[in-house]
Amino acid sequence: MSTNQEDIQALVRNRTYSAGFVTDVDSETIAPGLSEDVVRAISARKQEPEWLLEFRLKAYRRWLKMTEPKWAHVQYPPIDYQAVSYYSAPKSMKDAPKSLDEVDPKLLETYKKLGIPLREQEMLAGVQPQVAVDVVFDSVSVGTTFRKKLAEAGVIFCSISEAVREYPELVRKYLGTVVPFGDNFYAALNSAVFTDGSFVFIPKGVRCPMELSTYFRINERNTGQFERTLIIAEENSHVSYLEGCTAPQRDENQLHAAVVELVALDDAQIKYSTVQNWYPGDENGVGGIYNFVTKRGDCRGQRSKISWTQVETGSAITWKYPSCILRGDDSVGEFYSVALTHHRQQADTGTKMIHIGKRTKSTIVSKGIAAGHGQQAYRGLVRVLPGAEGARNYTQCDSLLIGDKCGAHTFPYTEIRNPSAILEHEATTSKIGEDQLFYARSRGIAEEDAVSMIVNGFCKDVFKELPMEFAVEAQKLLSVSLEGSVG
Amino acid sequence: MLDIKNLHARIDGKDILKGIDLRIGAGEVHAIMGPNGSGKSTLSKLLAGHDDYTITQGTVSFDGADLLELNPEERAAKGIFLGFQYPVEIPGVSNMVFLKAALNAQRKIRGEKELDAADFLSWVKHRVKQMQMNPAMLSRGVNEGFSGGEKKRNEILQMLVLEPKLMVLDETDSGLDIDALKIVADGINLMRSKERSVLLVTHYQRLLDYVKPDFVHVLAEGRIVKTGGPELALELEEKGYGWIQQAA
Repeated sequence: MSTNQEDIQALVRNRTYSAGFVTDVDSETIAPGLSEDVVRAISARKQEPEWLLEFRLKAYRRWLKMTEPKWAHVQYPPIDYQAVSYYSAPKSMKDAPKSLDEVDPKLLETYKKLGIPLREQEMLAGVQPQVAVDVVFDSVSVGTTFRKKLAEAGVIFCSISEAVREYPELVRKYLGTVVPFGDNFYAALNSAVFTDGSFVFIPKGVRCPMELSTYFRINERNTGQFERTLIIAEENSHVSYLEGCTAPQRDENQLHAAVVELVALDDAQIKYSTVQNWYPGDENGVGGIYNFVTKRGDCRGQRSKISWTQVETGSAITWKYPSCILRGDDSVGEFYSVALTHHRQQADTGTKMIHIGKRTKSTIVSKGIAAGHGQQAYRGLVRVLPGAEGARNYTQCDSLLIGDKCGAHTFPYTEIRNPSAILEHEATTSKIGEDQLFYARSRGIAEEDAVSMIVNGFCKDVFKELPMEFAVEAQKLLSVSLEGSVG
Repeated sequence: MLDIKNLHARIDGKDILKGIDLRIGAGEVHAIMGPNGSGKSTLSKLLAGHDDYTITQGTVSFDGADLLELNPEERAAKGIFLGFQYPVEIPGVSNMVFLKAALNAQRKIRGEKELDAADFLSWVKHRVKQMQMNPAMLSRGVNEGFSGGEKKRNEILQMLVLEPKLMVLDETDSGLDIDALKIVADGINLMRSKERSVLLVTHYQRLLDYVKPDFVHVLAEGRIVKTGGPELALELEEKGYGWIQQAA
């Protein structure tokens, strides 16, 4: 009956990870290790054009000269990059399926277990809100739904491997233009060995008729996932895209180093939402995914808008800063984030807003929740270049601590080179109030329900940015993460 | 209904309650008055299950159950309601969500069927109207940005929605202007019945003009030093507490 901090910690101690199962499929996996030969082997297996192999090799050679970034507020033992396998594909995928009917039923079953029934989804079309899904299993895409309907609207939504084969000029024009191959250590690694991911192209004037979404799943042991996503929204087009991530429960740490590039031309809008639930490791910090991700959007056109929303509850370590380059005049960048860390999870996350065009506007709302021994850092940069006349930024970062063994840190950086810029910054750190808990309990609400209610209330400003179905999913995920007895 | 015997409680090594005896029967309204620091708020919070206090002696039974064995949510489900002196804000959680969760949690503990969204909505709207509140408040965060008076009114709204058996109201009248006081008092009177009891903790006589108590107790230095009828409150208003403490 007590509501002291120790008990609150006990409540959040026992988290269960419902996506932690392993699918038993025959996989073809390249032996661990990284060399030029491995890069060539990946490219050859995917029958890639020469220019892409060159891109990979340049990235690999650059990567060899780079060192892992150490500035983040996270701690982990050195990663042996030679112990990782850089390519794994279910064997049945070797002759890529032409439609869902040719996809291994075991894989379809996996996605069903995760709550993403690909087949039923197509059948139920018209009954439920429509969401087109691309799914990536280890290193390859296993199928994309609703392709026909999207094609009618002129929208291209497929795996990036397929895009390289079918639309090589489009990929070549944009790949690496937002995140250059040598951008940072993990981006360089990704550029060398990326295996699959999603490709989206929305032509001029088209409002994408449904939500697009990709589910990423790591299944194989000792495999890294290096996906690459490229989204291009042409003039006056509009798209909302969501990614979700899960992995089996394993004792080893697994590496996930993705690159996401967004390009928005004049008057285009891209809304990119993430619900990240990679395996976080156990209570003592054994296992879990290292999530080292580079995500960047380029508001290349005037009045374009890119909005990032992320709910980060998984991974042992999260290192990601979805950013916006506000190049076009009057362009808008947004970043809404909820990050939850507990047990031994660590997150160093935030955003960069680079104001280049005139009257560019950015909004940052970050909500960090730390429980158990979780460590949480918000790291954000707002840079206003000399030409960005009348730039505006609003930043709000709030941290909520549950218990007294966790930590929250805020690292806001600003670089202002135009005196007309207006910046606002608000930051709060609060402990989940014992008085709030007692208040809720005195009305009949059980302690753990009260904790999850208070945390959800804390995150409301971010959840309301998510597409409806995913907001519900995110809310549930957060509750499961916080409740001791659920799952 | 409520039977407190020889209750002693302390916080941070300091004795606050030093032997309280109090019986509240069904349908009765009791008022507890007393100077600051006499233990009034401690007693209220303790009844609701706050665990900052250590109970060193005594018993509390409620409807035949040992109240001290129950956690706050179980007490709520059994029918104890505490109107807070300082209602707490829960940002981002709407009053509607909060009240529905509370009512259904209580019903679940009692083994009753939970209310669905439509039934709950019509019930809560009915109560909002009785409290003369703007229904728009239901979608605002719990007490978020509410004025002192709005918070107190919201406490009474919660009470009307949850329909408790024993209403413990800790200085619900403080910080209210006369119109708001009237509405709050009407809310309390609406709930009075043969089955329900009220324990009003207050500094002032004025609430008692609207909610007529059956018994008035004076709490001083952790003990009930005097008990009387409504006339005792008037006497206190006139003479203050000094004379009783001296007499005790």
